[in-house]
Amino acid sequence: MLSEYFSAVDFLLLKPAILLTIFGIGVMLTDLLLDERQKYFNAVTALVGIGFAAVQMLRIQSQMREAGVSEVEAFRGAIVLDGLGIFFIWLFLISTAITILISFRYLEIENEHHGEYYAILLFATVGMIFLAIGMDLITLFVGLELMVLSIYILAGFLRGDRRSNEAAMKYLLLGAFSSGILLYGMSLLYGMSNSTNLRVIGSALSQRPLGDPLVIMAVVTIAAGLFFKIGAVPFHQWLPDVYEGAPHSVAAFMSVGPKVAAFALLLRLFLVPLGELREQWEPLLIGVAVATMTLGNLAAISQSNIKRMLGYSAISHVGYILLGLVAGNETGLKGIVIYLLVYVFMNLGIFTVVVAMRRRDLVGDEINDMAGLMHKSPVMAILSLIFLLSLAGIPPTAGFLGKYFIFLSLLETGHYTLAVIAVLYVAVAIYYYFRIVVVMFMQPPADQELPSMSLGIRCALGVTAAMTLFMGLYPEPFIQLATGPVLAILR
Amino acid sequence: MYQALFFLFAASAVGFAINLLIQRHPIHSALSLIGVMGSLASLYLMLGAEFLAVVQVIVYAGAVMVLFVFVIMLLNADKEEPSDRSKMAKYLGLPLLFLLLAMITVVIYRQFPEDAMVQFGDFPGQTAAIGRLLFRDFLLPFEVISILILIAIIGAIVLAKKEP
Amino acid sequence: MPNYYIQSYIPILMLLAVVILLAVGMLVASYLLGQHRPTREKLTAYECGITPTGDARHRFSVKFYLVAMLFILFDVEVIFLYPWAVIFKELGIFGFVEMLLFLVIVLAGFAYLWKKGALDWTKADSGGL
Repeated sequence: MLSEYFSAVDFLLLKPAILLTIFGIGVMLTDLLLDERQKYFNAVTALVGIGFAAVQMLRIQSQMREAGVSEVEAFRGAIVLDGLGIFFIWLFLISTAITILISFRYLEIENEHHGEYYAILLFATVGMIFLAIGMDLITLFVGLELMVLSIYILAGFLRGDRRSNEAAMKYLLLGAFSSGILLYGMSLLYGMSNSTNLRVIGSALSQRPLGDPLVIMAVVTIAAGLFFKIGAVPFHQWLPDVYEGAPHSVAAFMSVGPKVAAFALLLRLFLVPLGELREQWEPLLIGVAVATMTLGNLAAISQSNIKRMLGYSAISHVGYILLGLVAGNETGLKGIVIYLLVYVFMNLGIFTVVVAMRRRDLVGDEINDMAGLMHKSPVMAILSLIFLLSLAGIPPTAGFLGKYFIFLSLLETGHYTLAVIAVLYVAVAIYYYFRIVVVMFMQPPADQELPSMSLGIRCALGVTAAMTLFMGLYPEPFIQLATGPVLAILR
Repeated sequence: MYQALFFLFAASAVGFAINLLIQRHPIHSALSLIGVMGSLASLYLMLGAEFLAVVQVIVYAGAVMVLFVFVIMLLNADKEEPSDRSKMAKYLGLPLLFLLLAMITVVIYRQFPEDAMVQFGDFPGQTAAIGRLLFRDFLLPFEVISILILIAIIGAIVLAKKEP
Repeated sequence: MPNYYIQSYIPILMLLAVVILLAVGMLVASYLLGQHRPTREKLTAYECGITPTGDARHRFSVKFYLVAMLFILFDVEVIFLYPWAVIFKELGIFGFVEMLLFLVIVLAGFAYLWKKGALDWTKADSGGL
């Protein structure tokens, strides 16, 4: 089966994705044989699949260390596994695993506990992996579509719920449109370079004259498509609506895995083929980042639905991460990497709390539903406090670490105004995050029903809270961790 | 002969397209769209783009049109009543259309001043070239597309199938 | 200009011409030769010879739509077989395995939808699924 078009290295690099696909198909087919009470088996199979993929990743990494290489190419440069790719794949595996942990009980309560859910999650992870390691426009686009198609379905997974249907519909229509715009930009890149390989495109673009309208057109369309996928202003309107309507556990997944994957795509496209054109896209990026922080933080203040509020807060975080790209120096890139790492844990943590708020006859996505959580479940209330502090960026939690590097990079590169704006918005963020804290600790409980706990939710809360605290208190190993990905970008 | 064929199919494509717009009933418009796609497929075929022609017929004129017709029947769409058309469209529509056509003509003549028409069958062997690219250089995306189709199948069933 | 290419499509062109001529010819001939005495009965829709009941315009079940969607998906799958078949010999066993993998994954979807009863038209067919 091996030939000049498919070598042993190709197979090795694909193994995690292949394993996830096999387990996905396995979950899909075994689900047909299980009856209502055995559905937990699907979740276990899916977790085992992620475990296998993780073990395979470890083996690939150890083989790379033995061979003394930091970057492996496969499929004639169509995929490249470097430090950045490895980092992102680990983030995807972790976020999918935690999502599976919190979904189990939630889907039971919603009465929609089907094996397809876990199969689709695994397939989405495959798509995200290709976004992290793709170096070819076609591979990247197919990976992107694999990911977003999965999320369209997951967003509408609660078929009896009109809000879920609406969320899926909105996301499908707008997502297809933005994919079209992105594809148009990609076709322009191909037209200018006659290649789909990002590195070849990069060298072809550097030959073009300065201010070439075709290049500007390509940058603008690609940026528009990517800004939609990460949810940056002015392409953010879908995000709060979809978060609000989608099932709680899917909103949790969307806010981390696919968002980080979209950032992986954005970093690849902006730094490899468009890297030479920095002065052309930097003003665009500054405008978008400031608008995103402004709108996200200000709109979050007036929300009464906690998922909508977290949606706007996710928008504001996108603004901070984009600022790291604006700075663009080593500290800035380190900031992006650490911010994404921290963001996955703290955001999944707070969403786990929201998922636990969904009880038998209570949707639990209003801020008031958290009233008196301190009396009902003190542990959960204190963990929520940690996540909210971290989201606001207050030391000693991990959220501070990400913001610290971003601000530092802005100062290093002389973007003083941007740094001041970013710090001011942290104050705004503290205000709306603490509204939840006040409701949790100061107000009497509105109902007597306890949060719905399960082994999965306990595990998820434990892991996310431990990581959020640990990264804040003892950041050195994580800063070390970020150097590999950053070196991969700078090469 | 070739030129006659070109104008025959081009004229039928434009004719069907105009019919698509002026028909009041959605089903008649859908049928005209099949005509447009068929004529386009013939034009592709005459240039030697056999793969494109086959995709046009099998996927677009075949499957996508079936979906269109089913949607029209699902929604039970009836005759369209002409709404109060905007005055702008009435007075500016045709002049703007001709302006666009004139601009396209000018651009084409600027770009290709010499009368180098594309000859029919100028690009033979496209299907084999596409195959070589698809099954060798783009082997990975090709295999990933199978997962994409699989997800689409799951999605169609999860979202549209009634639970018994 | 490669003449063989055009020549290979001449039979199809002839078929197209015959089809159009035949269809138009039949309509014109029946119009010219036939007698025209329309009655109310003759103008009603032909429904296997019995008197038509109800209106043809009613909402169709969403089941049709599901089948149409699945049809498109398998249609797209089949389209990939065409360039593969053209260069099958050139690709050899490598191409064969490649397409086999592709088809196995798609066929897993087929097994899934079959077992789910997406192809069964009434509840009775699905064996109580």
